Amino acid sequence: MSGSVGRAAAALLRWGRGAGGGGLRGPGVRAAGSGGCGGGSAEQLDAMVKKDKVVVFLKGTPEQPQCGFSNAVVQILRLHGVRDYAAYNVLDDPQLRQGIKDYSNWPTIPQVYLNGEFVGGCDILLQMHQNGDLVEELKKLGIRSALLDEKKDQDSK
Amino acid sequence: MELSAEYLREKLQRDLEAEHVEVEDTTPNRCASSFRVLVVSAKFQGKPLLQRHRLVNTCLAEELPHIHAFEQKTLTPEQWARERQK
Repeated sequence: MSGSVGRAAAALLRWGRGAGGGGLRGPGVRAAGSGGCGGGSAEQLDAMVKKDKVVVFLKGTPEQPQCGFSNAVVQILRLHGVRDYAAYNVLDDPQLRQGIKDYSNWPTIPQVYLNGEFVGGCDILLQMHQNGDLVEELKKLGIRSALLDEKKDQDSK
Repeated sequence: MELSAEYLREKLQRDLEAEHVEVEDTTPNRCASSFRVLVVSAKFQGKPLLQRHRLVNTCLAEELPHIHAFEQKTLTPEQWARERQK
């Protein structure tokens, strides 16, 4: 899987060149644990995806993603300057790993939720990033994508 | 479970009435199976990305648990025609 994810990451980097130079670690990113009590029930998951505007389920953490696809999701959010999001590491909790697949009716990790609504996995987020939909969806949440400011900088040059 | 790109291609083509399907085996050596698929189907017409991907996921519901990594691109025949002109 490394080949294509590598390409996606390369594309992201091209897009994001000079994007604020922000560090990898967004100050607001919370590595939200599932409390260790098996966050797998539908009620728990319902609360988890609704608690924060932007919620991601990853293999690994935003600081150390354990899979290329999870890493791509983290990098896309970073490019857009989304720092305040909740990230759950499914590798910490087998019940969460299966539970979120069932809850979303989606067979793979990573998974992205915006405003409590399931958006999709890495492919979908990447395509939303590429076609501009992600900027619009973030705007609906009251989050201004950092890419808008970057574009303005380029236009004014 | 024995999975091949050709098997996945035939199944997607049949179930999604696709006019074009590409399946690339992206499996690195010594690893579980990975695939990247492109499906072109009129069934995607008027459906947002999420629903299109769900159609593909449903079609391959039996196979996906055995697939380690799966990337998909879902296009309508019109989108596919435009893509090829690029």
